[in-house]
Amino acid sequence: MNTEQDILIQQARRQFLKTSGMGLGATALASLLPQNAHAKGHHQPRAKHVIFLFMAGAPSQVDLFDYKPNLEKHFRKPLPESISQGQRVTAMTRGKEQLVAPSMFKFQQAGSNGIWMSELLPHLSKAADDLCVIKSFNTNAINHDPAKTFVCTGSEIPGKASMGAWLSYGLGAINRDLPDFVVLTSAYWTGGTRNVQGLYSRLWGSGYLPSKHQGVAFQTSGDPVLFLSNPKGINATVRRRMLDAAKELNAKHFTEIGDNEIRTTIAQQEMAFRMQASVPELTDLSGEPKHVEEAYGPEVGKNGSFARNCLLARRMIERGVRFVKVFHRGWDHHSILPKQLPGQAFDIDQPVAALINDLKQRGLFDDTLIVLTGEFGRTVYGQGNLTMTDYGRDHHPRCFSGLLAGGGVQGGMTYGETDEFSYNVAENPVAIRDLHATMLHQLGIDHTRLSFPFQGLDQKLTGVEPARVIDEILV
Amino acid sequence: MNHQCRLLIFAFALNSFCLLTGFAQTAESSVSFNRDIRSILSDRCFQCHGPDENERAAELRLDRADGEEGAFRTVDGSTAIKPGSIESSEVWKRIITNDLDEIMPPPDANKKPLTDVEKNLIKVWIETGAQYENFWAFEAPKPPQEPEVSDKEWSDHTIDQYVLRKLEREELHPKPRADRRTLIRRLTLDLTGLPPTRDEIAQFLKDDQPKAYERLVDRLLKRPQFGEHIARYWLDLVRFADTNGIHHDHFRDQSPYRDWVIRAFNQNLPYDEFVRYQLAGDLFPEATKDQLVASGFHRLHRIIDRGTMLPEESQARNVIDRVTAVSTSFMGLTVQCAVCHDHKYDPITSRDFYQLYAFFNNIDANPETGGRSGSDFKKGLQPPYISLATLEQEAKATQLRQAEAMAKKQVDELKKQIKAVEQKESEREESEREKVALQQKLKEAEGLLANAKAERNDFDLTLPAAMVMKERIETRPSHIMIRGDYANLGEQVTRQTPAFLPPLQPKNAELATRMDLANWFVRREHPLTARVAVNRFWQQLFGVGIVKTSEDLGTQGEWPSHPELLDYLAWTFVENGWDVKTLFKEMVLSETYCQVSDATPDEFGRDPENRLLSRASRYRLDAEIIRDQILATSGLLVSEMYGKSVKPPQPAGLWKAVALPSSYPNVFTADAGDKIRRRSVYTFWKRGLPPPQMTILNAPTREECIARRERTNTPLQALLLLNEQEYLKAARQLASNMLREAPEERLSVLYETVTSQVPDATETAVLEKTLNDLKALYREVPELSSQLTEGASLEGTSAEELAAWTVLVNTLYNLDITKTRQ
Repeated sequence: MNTEQDILIQQARRQFLKTSGMGLGATALASLLPQNAHAKGHHQPRAKHVIFLFMAGAPSQVDLFDYKPNLEKHFRKPLPESISQGQRVTAMTRGKEQLVAPSMFKFQQAGSNGIWMSELLPHLSKAADDLCVIKSFNTNAINHDPAKTFVCTGSEIPGKASMGAWLSYGLGAINRDLPDFVVLTSAYWTGGTRNVQGLYSRLWGSGYLPSKHQGVAFQTSGDPVLFLSNPKGINATVRRRMLDAAKELNAKHFTEIGDNEIRTTIAQQEMAFRMQASVPELTDLSGEPKHVEEAYGPEVGKNGSFARNCLLARRMIERGVRFVKVFHRGWDHHSILPKQLPGQAFDIDQPVAALINDLKQRGLFDDTLIVLTGEFGRTVYGQGNLTMTDYGRDHHPRCFSGLLAGGGVQGGMTYGETDEFSYNVAENPVAIRDLHATMLHQLGIDHTRLSFPFQGLDQKLTGVEPARVIDEILV
Repeated sequence: MNHQCRLLIFAFALNSFCLLTGFAQTAESSVSFNRDIRSILSDRCFQCHGPDENERAAELRLDRADGEEGAFRTVDGSTAIKPGSIESSEVWKRIITNDLDEIMPPPDANKKPLTDVEKNLIKVWIETGAQYENFWAFEAPKPPQEPEVSDKEWSDHTIDQYVLRKLEREELHPKPRADRRTLIRRLTLDLTGLPPTRDEIAQFLKDDQPKAYERLVDRLLKRPQFGEHIARYWLDLVRFADTNGIHHDHFRDQSPYRDWVIRAFNQNLPYDEFVRYQLAGDLFPEATKDQLVASGFHRLHRIIDRGTMLPEESQARNVIDRVTAVSTSFMGLTVQCAVCHDHKYDPITSRDFYQLYAFFNNIDANPETGGRSGSDFKKGLQPPYISLATLEQEAKATQLRQAEAMAKKQVDELKKQIKAVEQKESEREESEREKVALQQKLKEAEGLLANAKAERNDFDLTLPAAMVMKERIETRPSHIMIRGDYANLGEQVTRQTPAFLPPLQPKNAELATRMDLANWFVRREHPLTARVAVNRFWQQLFGVGIVKTSEDLGTQGEWPSHPELLDYLAWTFVENGWDVKTLFKEMVLSETYCQVSDATPDEFGRDPENRLLSRASRYRLDAEIIRDQILATSGLLVSEMYGKSVKPPQPAGLWKAVALPSSYPNVFTADAGDKIRRRSVYTFWKRGLPPPQMTILNAPTREECIARRERTNTPLQALLLLNEQEYLKAARQLASNMLREAPEERLSVLYETVTSQVPDATETAVLEKTLNDLKALYREVPELSSQLTEGASLEGTSAEELAAWTVLVNTLYNLDITKTRQ
């Protein structure tokens, strides 16, 4: 019997033959060539890993990052037509007056370059010198589902491959006993479930890419990986004995039938057995020093909290997981934003700052690109009740803010500007495809060359519109 | 390992690429535009020199020879392609030049440079006259001519002649016929999605009359499980699911449509009618319930709930989704590319797309699902729908409504009386007493009314209904949407089909209908409908379609492995009245189908997907078949057909982790009772997070139309099959069944039940040894045995015995041959 490695090589070879088929060899070869090039990458990578912190529901840039001190003057005044330009709004605020709602939260300058940060983010403010705040993100979709799908897959329509799947496809695995791409959906929200958002498995799906590249969603209760544990009444010894029998029979059948797929089955069963050890080791926090755990804040003790997921993300990066996507899904503040937002900010502020420090202390920060963003922003005009201390905000795709850190991105800087109402991008716009191109770039991939043939097109994460690597923010 | 390993693969890939291309060339006659050239031009050139007018560069299109911009045109003294002369062909000069400003495809186009093999093909093609051909799939199939083969012995079945001719050209030979055990297992799995029982195997083995195999085929085609199984593929294709798939991802009940598909396949509804019912069932004169339910095809798209999206955007998204489904399901084309721009490769313009769009834009329905109150929301319905209540149910509903009305009347009457008493100016005391009595009566009457109302409500919730398609009376205008933007409307368009396909021939030239479109699809001269259908049915039996890209038979799809065979099948399918069961029968009666699937590793390596059909195909069973097989072999399968979707248990917390708190439903609650062991085709499908037992084994999310599933082999699949609770329960059940068999036969019976084969001496020895070791392990740890057998004790059997047998069954369920069709 050959080694498992041989078998996986052969599996890759068979995969190639399958894609090449008859007569379209040229296309298939084209798809294979870049894939091979990806082993080394298109250029020297700046980062090996990505932690994508997805703030589902869309955080208010007006209240967190995009400081607009002059808005108070416009309190309850209509947003000038010259700014809104009659743009499309959601069904919720269509036909309603657009009255400006300034942020009730204070901002102060943080870090050596004096980045403006909201008072709701005290810990992140301290980490300002590691952050690149982008104020000029923009997108098309005005509703959560298509907008989230767009951020995650580069398309509003289901069926495309997600970011982590592309990296898995392009770069392959680092640790063969763990998935390349892990998804953590957070389960606790300070301030309740009022603003909580839905997720869909397509957000970490592989779309048209082979499904082995899809994200593996870790569960917050029960087995972290589905069906990981032996059932009650089967211990590791029994499992080992049973797998040995299966292996013996499968190997016999291979000699009779000749199909290498049988050997792949054997190899995957062995891998499953190893995962039964490697995954619990990964999720077991008992070895974490108390001061490390505490740094992530009081919520870290709760299974499924965003804080705990940040700590898990660090452990995954340490063990060679390529892409970790952590969802916080409580940001849809259509009403009583001032009451609600501090809860969500609390959920992420300390853990994200701790994650940055923790990675730094372990020498992993430079290798790990951290991205934090929602699917769009929120309107500067209020929705529903509007006083200085009570307002809501509707969906706003024309501008929103996010953070990048580590992975060869400059710290202590802001990039892009919005107009005085945080309504339109005023300079240096960053489209989602630009973010995607930049992420791929940092991982050593030229986004124009990472493609997969499907439905007659060379599909790319960045789609068909031109995308740009945001060189200005890179080290 | 990575670097070295990838180099190896690369070297191998180059090598095999030449081999593959090589044999394509030597085997077939000279260079053919369709087979050899079109895919090269399409891949490298059409993006700028193809059908899309807006992107066209240098006033040159290479997808056609004639016309002002056609490939043979001369501009400024330079001819793009001069038939017979590479020297005078600008295209050739641009291909071979070293000048980076001149070379084609240009480096900044990010296209793969042409390989030497490809350049040579183009050279030979130009030199031999640069013959353009219309794209094969857009020309109607021609009457078949049976191919000439040298080996007259193997088979006289027509399918086999086509397969054999190709094999002979490759100097290959078919494999021998498989043994009966293998055949009955393969056939039963392929036609019913379930394994044969031991009795069925025995019956087939001892049938020594001629045509035993054919009779088996006939028996299987008559089983109701045939429809359930074949319907499942169709449900992937049309993205059938139980939730609406956007935002809240609320419940949506489409189950009557599923029932209809199952019935249609079982009743062998001709495929042309199957198409017509779905496209235009509501437009039949005096449409039957079946026709109306089938028109629910147009309601299977994802749909958002009211409240955030602008309705006009939702409407546009729904109609685009509908057109995409029609084109994937019936045309095998990717017309959705033309939402934003002319298709880059196929001759589908943006106008073509919106002319098709116009057929489906006139639905008389809200583009978003309605509010949360009322029984429609609870029932997962949205108008328009039809009642599917039986006469009895309707009578009862009427009765309950009458009872409610009566109760209401009573209440109103009493209220009136009370009012009257209040206004009466008689004795205060007397009137007060009267009032109290009346109020007492009113209270009782109101109680009765509430009961009647609740009873009527509850009963209404059980009344079946099916969402259908319905036209608005006044036709909604359709426009080209500039770059696909619903808010940026261009020219108004009328209903029409793409120009490269046969003309539409509407009944009323003023306004074509969906019925005209449906009729157009099934016209004999339509080049796609029959080909697309037979190719998919072929794929269900052989693992891969004759055109591998069964979702795309357009110019970017793959060239068919056996073009003449595909056309023969399409032609005879139509000749035979679009008879699906006859087609299935013909395919499974071929010797091609009946070969063994064993081969040498080298043979597997050379043709891993068996595109040449030099053996029977071997591939992993779909998730549903794997589950159904476990339930069937353990005797737990509940064969009840039709009806609402059911929720078999799944690991806790999965929905909660993704659902909105206000989603309906937002928490997964497994169903109770027998129905959790019904066939997987009835399993509840939440699009946002479908059952992991299915998706881990490559079942799609049903958010979009899927014509073929991927098949992978992953550690997560291994974990599922090892540890899934219901599968383990089934193993324990089968273990109990075995322990009732005579001791000396148990292993053999078990092995045959699970794999349809009897174990040989080696296999028996492995099983025996494993069983003994497991018994010993369980004897050592008694509490382990009792955990595994909890609630399932068997009289006269020790817990360790049952535990050991359970794990042995689990072992067999994890064998490669068990989860593989071979």
